[in-house]
Amino acid sequence: MPLLQETDYGTPLSVINTLVTLEIDGQPVTVPAGTSVMRAAVEAGIGIPKLCATDSVKAFGSCRLCLVEIDGKRGTPASCTTTVEPGMHVRTQTPKLAKLRRGVMELYISDHPLDCLTCSANGDCELQDMAGAVGLREVRYGYAGENHLSAPKDESNPYFTFEASKCIVCSRCVRACEEVQGTFALTIQGRGFESKVSAGGKPFLDSECVSCGACVQACPTATLNEKSVIQMGVPERSVITTCAYCGVGCTFKAELQGDQVVRMVPHKDGKANHGHSCVKGRFAIGYATHKDRILNPMIRAKISDPWREVSWEDAISHAASEFKRIQAKYGRDSVGGITSSRCTNEETYLVQKMIRAAFGNNNVDTCARVCHSPTGYGLKATFGTSAGTQDFDSVEEADVMMVIGANPTDAHPVFASQMKRRLREGAKLIIVDPRRIDLVETPHVKADYHLALQPGANVAVINALAHVIVTEGLAAEDDIKERCDAKAFELWRTFIVQEKNSPESLESVTGIPAAEIRGAARLYATGGNAAIYYGLGVTEHSQGSTMVMGMANLAMLTGNLGRRGVGVNPLRGQNNVQGACDMGSFPHEFSGYRHVSDDSTRKMLEQDWHVALDGEPGLRIPNMLDAAVDGTFKGLYVQGEDIVQSDPNTKHVTAGLEAMECVVVQDLFLNETANYAHVFLPGSSFLEKDGTFTNAERRIGRVRKAIAPMAGLEDWQATMALSNALGYPMNYTHPSEIMDEIARLTPTFAGVTYQKLDELGSVQWPCNEEAPEGTPIMHIGKFASGKGKFMLTEFVPTDERSTARFPLILTTGRILSQYNVGAQTARTPNNIWHSEDVLEIHPSDAENRGIRDGDLVSLASRSGDIALPAKISERMQPGVVYTTFHHAMTGANVVTTEFSDWATNCPEYKVTAVQVQLAKKTSEWQQRYGEMRRQNTRILEDDAVMAHGD
Amino acid sequence: MKPKLMVHMANQIADFFAAYPHEEAVAGVADHLKKFWEPRMMRQLHEYIAQGGEGLHALVLEAAQKN
Repeated sequence: MPLLQETDYGTPLSVINTLVTLEIDGQPVTVPAGTSVMRAAVEAGIGIPKLCATDSVKAFGSCRLCLVEIDGKRGTPASCTTTVEPGMHVRTQTPKLAKLRRGVMELYISDHPLDCLTCSANGDCELQDMAGAVGLREVRYGYAGENHLSAPKDESNPYFTFEASKCIVCSRCVRACEEVQGTFALTIQGRGFESKVSAGGKPFLDSECVSCGACVQACPTATLNEKSVIQMGVPERSVITTCAYCGVGCTFKAELQGDQVVRMVPHKDGKANHGHSCVKGRFAIGYATHKDRILNPMIRAKISDPWREVSWEDAISHAASEFKRIQAKYGRDSVGGITSSRCTNEETYLVQKMIRAAFGNNNVDTCARVCHSPTGYGLKATFGTSAGTQDFDSVEEADVMMVIGANPTDAHPVFASQMKRRLREGAKLIIVDPRRIDLVETPHVKADYHLALQPGANVAVINALAHVIVTEGLAAEDDIKERCDAKAFELWRTFIVQEKNSPESLESVTGIPAAEIRGAARLYATGGNAAIYYGLGVTEHSQGSTMVMGMANLAMLTGNLGRRGVGVNPLRGQNNVQGACDMGSFPHEFSGYRHVSDDSTRKMLEQDWHVALDGEPGLRIPNMLDAAVDGTFKGLYVQGEDIVQSDPNTKHVTAGLEAMECVVVQDLFLNETANYAHVFLPGSSFLEKDGTFTNAERRIGRVRKAIAPMAGLEDWQATMALSNALGYPMNYTHPSEIMDEIARLTPTFAGVTYQKLDELGSVQWPCNEEAPEGTPIMHIGKFASGKGKFMLTEFVPTDERSTARFPLILTTGRILSQYNVGAQTARTPNNIWHSEDVLEIHPSDAENRGIRDGDLVSLASRSGDIALPAKISERMQPGVVYTTFHHAMTGANVVTTEFSDWATNCPEYKVTAVQVQLAKKTSEWQQRYGEMRRQNTRILEDDAVMAHGD
Repeated sequence: MKPKLMVHMANQIADFFAAYPHEEAVAGVADHLKKFWEPRMMRQLHEYIAQGGEGLHALVLEAAQKN
């Protein structure tokens, strides 16, 4: 489509239900009460000149350009700050208004460089537009007087510039930083003529700015402008698509010139992000065209050989013949595959279908194995559905938020902004986290309780909270009686009231004073609508699934389900981790979470797919690796995942891969897993294909092809070719046909079509006959399974405990600027904020070891050791250290262990007993791996062997 | 898989269901193993039990008889 210029209504939408009718320029207009005159006019198709108003922030009334005349009212009120009244008569164009507006514009332009023709915002500048709209023809004041034309330019941020000489001090950027993002990094410094936008008196890069882009988007001039626009010029066409970063699933406009992406701009109609973005989705797009992209298929006989480029046909044919050879030699179950949470629903569906139909087994798994698999298990056991209960907008009615094991400002920043907005409105906040995450105290937000528990004590905390609610008579008894299984509840009540579950008894386990637990429990139970938001700090434990059930118990116990403002909400890590699970990527489930042993489902699929299907569960990723080491698993197809970097106990992962005879990796880059691969199939980025992603709120959004696939095939086409070569025919001509099949065979997706997604923008499953436009809130009236089921959640301490040899506990996680294994973000200027993984350590633990900030330290566990720089941080509690896994050469997962969640094998990333000591050099593993990596990424080019990236 | 790891994983399942009345606990462990353990893992478990089943939780031993 041509460049999409979204309508700016000037002020936000009013949420008041009653309607008001007024007359603007003789035209009757009916709008919700509370609407500004400016917005009412725009809705009637009448534009009022404006500069300081934009509909993402509240009216400010400073620019004096949007003046109107209203019958019966004195003067010329600003239309942005004047709300509509019944029967009001408004005039937007009169000689008096025209004179006033021209005068105002004349003053603005008298202190503005007149370089429109060479300005980067030429053609995309509201100041320019307004000069035209008010008919400005001359500026009488000249430039002789004092002005701001020589104000300095701040180019410190890698993605945008701040050109102060072009600033009109409208405060839109400051207000966007406050109201939209909630960071409060910008301010107006000085008064009167000295007033200027300031990032706390520092360059943008050194300030509190998180580079979300809200200020750039709000700026009406070229003052805050993308460097890509400065370099390339304004874009000419838009493609509406879904972000390929975190599970928030923001809708973006990819804005292009030809096939060059100029910028990514958050789409106002996006139902998950409402026009907001974060530094990753907004700016970190350079990876898509990075020189490291592999654009030709490659094969090799041994992993120590250099890669040899071949045609798609040869690569596919080689991979298929290898898989067939292995199955003939070692048996049908000796091969499997891994679907990707970074690929589309259609692609993951196709991979799992190929494995079940062409391989003839259920050895398919996905990266949810290492993140939210306990969510699926725990919520299905209690609520009957493996998904979160709410839409994001539900938080607008939450009175109490309990954030458990999640760090939304870093990992889900756009939703964090929505949370912070509600918190600034007065909602209460309970944080359960060993670390002092930013939400504990950030501008205008302060947690009412920070339960800084010992890592591994989640279930003890949730039991203690439930114990208080039951024993203090705070349970929603009527709700439980009506909605929950009575027998299961009575069994649970008998369990939870036992003294062993009291906060006092568990104090030594949780490390939290009992009074704090009691206070938090009372607040959650009695504070109004209470919503739980949680992340991998819940799931990545030996009792991850138990904890998910514990949270579900708590919500059922207090009646916090089935309406807005409440619920149990997983904050999913990757963009399509929900979708990958929905699509049947687990070895025990078909799409829609139906067990492979369910005869009726299996028969239906067999009829549709024309193939016999296995009714026994297949291997999970760690099981595949174990079986490989045992010699019974020999071939693996990995689409868009990097298990060598992301999965626990790296040495075990690589031992498993080394034991295989054919590993096929399909990815944008030669990732770490490709070091152990025999076939490489080039992947396509989200810009290069059609499909859908499903975000954390079950929202299915379209991914639309903006440019042609750089390697020639979209990922689904490569999978289809492999399936055909294996002998199982697939003949889709477009991903919409794959979605049609998904809808035909999956009851929760029965009503999903591309046409509907185009019409509605997105839909949340279940989307079927009962809910043709989707289901924002689950379990209204009754649970998906009929009755909610309380599950017993006995606290079982992990076997991973600190010892004299390994006295500290390591937890791993993520930060704002990097994403997962860094494949994308580490190939962008985001590295300016985080160029290496560091070990956060409490000052007392550091002092005991003679460690100073920045020192190289060794981090050792029973699995292995690495070396990385130390960062002394009071965010940590004594005895607990923290690092990220964003950079391959750090090898953070060399240290993590094979221990995992009891129900799902989700790794226990959050609890590893470690020792930290000063180090003089990198670890032996890091040195050895570095050398192996250099060898194994070599590519034959024109008869010469080149190390990749040379 | 290493027997030690298999025993650890199986016992973790038993630790969860141990909170339930005995019959439910046995059925819970048996059902979980059947639904989530791949046949070769189940074979390894049965072979390990046939060799004495050292270190396995009593619930696992009982549940394995049902699968």
